Amino acid sequence: MEAESEHRMTERGAWIPAAAALAGMLLAGCAAAPSRVDPLEPMNRALYEVHDVVDTNVVKPFVQGYVNVIPLPIRRTVSNVFNNIDDLFSAINDALQGKPDKFADDMARVVLNTSFGIGGIFDIATEAGIARGDEDFGQTFGVWGFGQGPYLFVPLFGPTTVRDGTGVILRIAVGPVGYVPDVPVRNALYGVAAIDQRSQLLGTGQLVDTAAIDRYLFIRNAYLQRRRYLVYDGAPPPEPEEE
Amino acid sequence: MAAIALAAWRRAALALSAGALLAGAAPALAQEAPDAMVKRVAQEVLAIIRSDPAVQAGNEARIREVLETKLLPNFDFGRMTALAMGKNWRAATPEQQKRLTDEFRGLLVRTYSGALNQYRNETIEYKPLRMNPGDTEVMVRTLVVRASGVPVQIDYGMEKKADAWKCHDVVVAGVSLVTNYRDEFNEQVKSGGVDGLIKTIADRNRGVAAK
Repeated sequence: MEAESEHRMTERGAWIPAAAALAGMLLAGCAAAPSRVDPLEPMNRALYEVHDVVDTNVVKPFVQGYVNVIPLPIRRTVSNVFNNIDDLFSAINDALQGKPDKFADDMARVVLNTSFGIGGIFDIATEAGIARGDEDFGQTFGVWGFGQGPYLFVPLFGPTTVRDGTGVILRIAVGPVGYVPDVPVRNALYGVAAIDQRSQLLGTGQLVDTAAIDRYLFIRNAYLQRRRYLVYDGAPPPEPEEE
Repeated sequence: MAAIALAAWRRAALALSAGALLAGAAPALAQEAPDAMVKRVAQEVLAIIRSDPAVQAGNEARIREVLETKLLPNFDFGRMTALAMGKNWRAATPEQQKRLTDEFRGLLVRTYSGALNQYRNETIEYKPLRMNPGDTEVMVRTLVVRASGVPVQIDYGMEKKADAWKCHDVVVAGVSLVTNYRDEFNEQVKSGGVDGLIKTIADRNRGVAAK
């Protein structure tokens, strides 16, 4: 979702060839079965340096300002509305992965929050004890057996892999923000979505600064562990031994 | 009469307090179950965080004291460091292993103390423990529900030791702490040896920023 901020000037249609190209890379990545998770490390490290400078000096102060100025109830409302849309896509991915129980939960969330929660402003489904499914296209590709492909660090977006990045692009391409006809409104929505996403990670950055010996590696490994955990719905098999 | 009543009351009180003492000592004798231990320690620490004004004000000395007395005795830092080192652990001398464990412990304690005063309105749900009799390794699963934001799953990898269960891994939302350090440790050992790794962590503990 954070990626959407970078693409605010891009026409929606331009995504389709890009998605197709990345999907091609995804398949190629699987065929080659790379032994290492990060064959592009030199490039990724350079991109991470760029990201870090921009994020520290521009993005983070701006997002911190958003958190300081906008009261929590309003920020939570913003998160809820975007989460409600994500829940719909989570339900779609539950279906694509053949998980009827999670599909039922996610659909119940969307129906409850859209109706009684007034378009997703209130997350009454969580209060009712229905947990978010948290599925996305990247996880669906994983469940279908696609390898994650090379790890990628995308400035302003953050850590991803060829597989997960393809999922994100597909997600942006299918909407719904892309269908907003008014371009400034659409771009504003992308912007708010990106700020909302980044604001959730403010505390995490502090933790990484203290805990990491090498922040690039710390973030990469945390991302890859987290994605693996999500693909296996919280019960990943033991890690295969390397070397 | 009054004296007899008083004596009887005293005896009862003595018996009661002896009972309480025994009950308090019981976990050490029968060995507390791993999930019960995690729950007890978490509740003790949370109670202090919620009620102690010095902790809430971010008083580092007090936070450190709470960690040292309540939390850290339940961790097995030697095992933690060995797991983070992977195959490099056996290449290190016992003396290097000890120094590395001390520095790694310092790094983790600093990380924890930075995060500790941010917790206040969290409640912890404890998931049913899946454990067979005779198991010496177990994962205690919890869900931390925060007032703001999504709930976070935090699991504790525990090992049965002679005196009590000890924690050697913390898994936050699927991210294992020790696994996460493995590549960083490996990279440092590759470029500067075990001593290079020890020096890097020591520098970090003395306030040198990460690259």
